[in-house]
Amino acid sequence: MADSQAVTQGNAGAGNRPKTTHKERSGADILCECLVDLGVEVVFGYPGGAVLPIYDALYAHPRIKHILVRHEQAATHAAEGYARSTGKPGVVLVTSGPGATNAITGITDALMDSIPMVVITGQVATHLIGTDAFQEADTVGLTRHCTKHNYLVKSPTKLAHVIHEAFHIATSGRPGPVVIDIPKDVQVATAPYARPEPIDHPSYRPQVKADPRLIESAVEMLMAAERPILYTGGGIINSGPEASTLLRELAEMTGAPVTSTLMGLGSYPASGGQWLGMLGMHGTYEANFAMNKADLILCLGARFDDRVTGRLDAFSPNSKKIHVDIDRSSVNKNVLVDLPVIGDVGSVMADMIAMLKKRGYAKPDFSEWWARIDGWRARRSLDYVEGGEEIMPQRAIADLFTATRGKNVIITTEVGQHQMWAAQHFHFDDPNKWLTSGGLGTMGYGLPAAIGAQLGNPDALVIDIAGDASIQMNIQELGTATQYRLPVKIFILNNEYMGMVRQWQELTYESRYSESYSDSLPDFVKLAEAYGWTAIRIESHADLASGIQRMIDTPGPVLVDCRVAKLSNCFPMIPSGAAHTDMLLDPSMVSGTMDDEAKALV
Amino acid sequence: MHITEEQSERHVLSLTVANEAGILARIAGMFTARGYNIESLTVADITQDHSISRITIVTNGPPRVIDQIIAQLDRLVPVHRVVDLTEAGPYVERELALVKVAGTGDHRIEALRLAEVFRAKVVDTTIESFIFEITGTTEKIDTFVGLMRQIGLVEIGRTGVVGLIRGKDPI
Ligand SMILES: Cc1ncc(C[n+]2csc(CCOP(=O)(O)OP(=O)(O)O)c2C)c(N)n1
Ligand SMILES: [Mg+2]
Repeated sequence: MADSQAVTQGNAGAGNRPKTTHKERSGADILCECLVDLGVEVVFGYPGGAVLPIYDALYAHPRIKHILVRHEQAATHAAEGYARSTGKPGVVLVTSGPGATNAITGITDALMDSIPMVVITGQVATHLIGTDAFQEADTVGLTRHCTKHNYLVKSPTKLAHVIHEAFHIATSGRPGPVVIDIPKDVQVATAPYARPEPIDHPSYRPQVKADPRLIESAVEMLMAAERPILYTGGGIINSGPEASTLLRELAEMTGAPVTSTLMGLGSYPASGGQWLGMLGMHGTYEANFAMNKADLILCLGARFDDRVTGRLDAFSPNSKKIHVDIDRSSVNKNVLVDLPVIGDVGSVMADMIAMLKKRGYAKPDFSEWWARIDGWRARRSLDYVEGGEEIMPQRAIADLFTATRGKNVIITTEVGQHQMWAAQHFHFDDPNKWLTSGGLGTMGYGLPAAIGAQLGNPDALVIDIAGDASIQMNIQELGTATQYRLPVKIFILNNEYMGMVRQWQELTYESRYSESYSDSLPDFVKLAEAYGWTAIRIESHADLASGIQRMIDTPGPVLVDCRVAKLSNCFPMIPSGAAHTDMLLDPSMVSGTMDDEAKALV
Repeated sequence: MHITEEQSERHVLSLTVANEAGILARIAGMFTARGYNIESLTVADITQDHSISRITIVTNGPPRVIDQIIAQLDRLVPVHRVVDLTEAGPYVERELALVKVAGTGDHRIEALRLAEVFRAKVVDTTIESFIFEITGTTEKIDTFVGLMRQIGLVEIGRTGVVGLIRGKDPI
């Protein structure tokens, strides 16, 4: 099989031979050819025995840049960061067995947050499958339920079609991760390659355009509403930048207040007059109260996740609900809605705007509704008490925001309090600038995601807002940034705790801090320097502004170890299983225990 | 704290799917992953080129869960179509069972007599035993098996349910 280059004779009078003049190529070459045809520029990966033929095909490849991470999980998060910040699919290449299993967290993360990603995994040769061969793992079995779809390719003749189909599935409809498992012999064996026809899939046909009758009903419900709210989510970002433009237009036309999930931040500008801030567990008072008291919720590309709804039977009890989603299974999953509209949220908003215009819709007078909202806003739910010399974490984020205003900033985060504070105190005016692990809540996401984002946006100022515990989960990626001279910044809100865990222990377990103290923290400054990074420590309020400025002004990668108040908690908060109206606004409202029903919820 | 459960309904779902490796695992795994029930599941390819299979699933759950099951099935890439036979109108459902009964004397005679009433066929016999082949609804087979249990049931094999919509049109 190794002697490739066999040319099938086309018209040499060979009778009924297939008429083809394509040179035969190895599976590995076919893969690379497909990636080029599909416009892939960057692959995040890590080599190993079962992908050596592919790595050889990638050797000094003129078109495809391979980024060598330090752990396969990081390859997947880097691909997510690349995808989320560019709108293009992220591509990952890992070996069989441990390479594939290490990738699973990021694959699951991409599934939960609907990130387009294609993961190519090596597999042992086909005749060894099922024999517990060295580095064999049942990759298609393991990833079946954490991918949108997956494939085991057993012949090089099928490879091109599968790869093109995989990209089509990953990027269309509700985006998600697709795994292609390629046995080593299939990478070596040869087959003719021709660029496949555009994919016309027999069973996979996501509905993009919504039923016009439903658009009409939605428009009528909107026109009849007195207290509407636009509840937006990550679907708008996934739909593409036009969807964010359309959202702004729809908001402007209706004058309705706008809130967003964690994943949708930036689709409506935080500087916009109708912006209420994020909703949900750590959302603002005004966003959650407006949801609770609205008479119409127009849900655009969000999914009524438990972090958003709080206690279901108390969730927005008096509203009619319209749910626009490209995935029918998101509708009526948690909350029963009055009008499901299945379609791409951008296309649906365009249709709604067109219909509103056709009907001569004039902006209604929502001044009474806004007066109530202003009352809730007056509670100033994101305010916090300054800590004197001690840096309050919220202040650090606010200063980071001020200092980077006007620059092309992309923020990634890890998971914990710092993530929520970033969502609350860093404000986004544009889509694709906020990259965070929402659905899976994966600590260790932020640094690799920042690396991916920086590769896709070489001129952007990419900052990972990190926690002292989370950053250690993929800290090895400091080396990746160094190797590729990526000027990413890490801003650690170092509270010496798994702060979010500690916060829940204070709320629920009478402050028994079981295993939530970050003991034996490394000296982050020395650690970063060991990897060739610039590192800065900020210890007091007086140094905050200058430290941040130095981080921004220093070329190349910079880590900031910002020591913040150790025991601050993230407010406002709706405890698990509580209603939106039972929001805790500050520490004085915390009782320290909860009943078993609440304890049983995450 | 106690965990409460909602009232369940039985539904028969009929799917057409691409006949490809892993399709059963994909479907059965989706049920376990999301905590749905499978009472029975049958599968066989139904086109001349063996490219499409029909899967019939009997499940139960509260109405909202049934809707979710259908939406979740529909979203799997190789699934062509999902129809809830229970909702789609009058339909026929059948199951086949092989029922082995051992005994002599009165029990043996009674087993044959019951088989006749249920239109079960004898497909294997020895001096001391029969294997009956019976088709019908799940309920009918349950009743037959219940009766045989009292007169020497040894073991049973059941296919699970298949179903089609009544009338001339396809599902
Ligand atoms: C991989 C993973 N393991 C465990 C958790 C549970 N968890 C959520 S937040 C958190 C603590 C994070 O601590 P840190 O990174 O210091 O952030 P802080 O909350 O202190 O800002 C933990 C352990 C998680 N989200 N992800
Ligand atoms: Mg911490």
